Amino acid sequence: MEKYLTSDPIDLAALLKEARLSDGAVCVFVGVVRNEGGGRETVAIDYQAYSAMAESELAGIANGLSRDWPDVRVRIQHRIGRLEVGEASVAVLATAPHRDDAFAACRAAIDRIKTTVPIWKKEVRPDGTGEWVDATL
Amino acid sequence: MQVRVVYFASFRDAAGREEETRRMAPGSRVRHLWEALAGDVPHFARFGAMPPAAVNREYASAETELHEGDEVAFLPPVAGG
Repeated sequence: MEKYLTSDPIDLAALLKEARLSDGAVCVFVGVVRNEGGGRETVAIDYQAYSAMAESELAGIANGLSRDWPDVRVRIQHRIGRLEVGEASVAVLATAPHRDDAFAACRAAIDRIKTTVPIWKKEVRPDGTGEWVDATL
Repeated sequence: MQVRVVYFASFRDAAGREEETRRMAPGSRVRHLWEALAGDVPHFARFGAMPPAAVNREYASAETELHEGDEVAFLPPVAGG
């Protein structure tokens, strides 16, 4: 069972239930598939991962966040496979006693995810063709 | 010495395969493997510099020495989230 990657829809309600009784703040970021990319219509996105490496990179990010914000617990789920417009591709939940730490850790988490985790996405056009996204362009 | 090369995303499309086994001279480094692949795949030859690489699922440098059975990946620009 993989901890961070899933091919099933992300269950936000289940993730929210993991907050501790000592947590007064839950900051949630959800990345969602949108209907355009680079000005071109998109009907779906195919997400592909180097799964074993992505799992360990995501674990490393979670561990790093725990060091930077000891009071925060971060939960990350990233979906793989074909997602339709409007579906959640990634969820980051940062739970903490107070909101400042939760906001900061949540923001840092998604920024780090986008930088180092070996996950790629191909935008699918209405005619069925696809285009790999180069986030560095 | 043999290493396993795995491909993803646009690199998988360019190579036309998901993985392969490559024979390399003992003492070869990551950059030597990239040079060998660039000799075979025109798309790779167009890169001015070696893309990020991973050896056994951890980021590695161009100078990382390869060993028998290593799993090596060259990574297109990541785009998670």
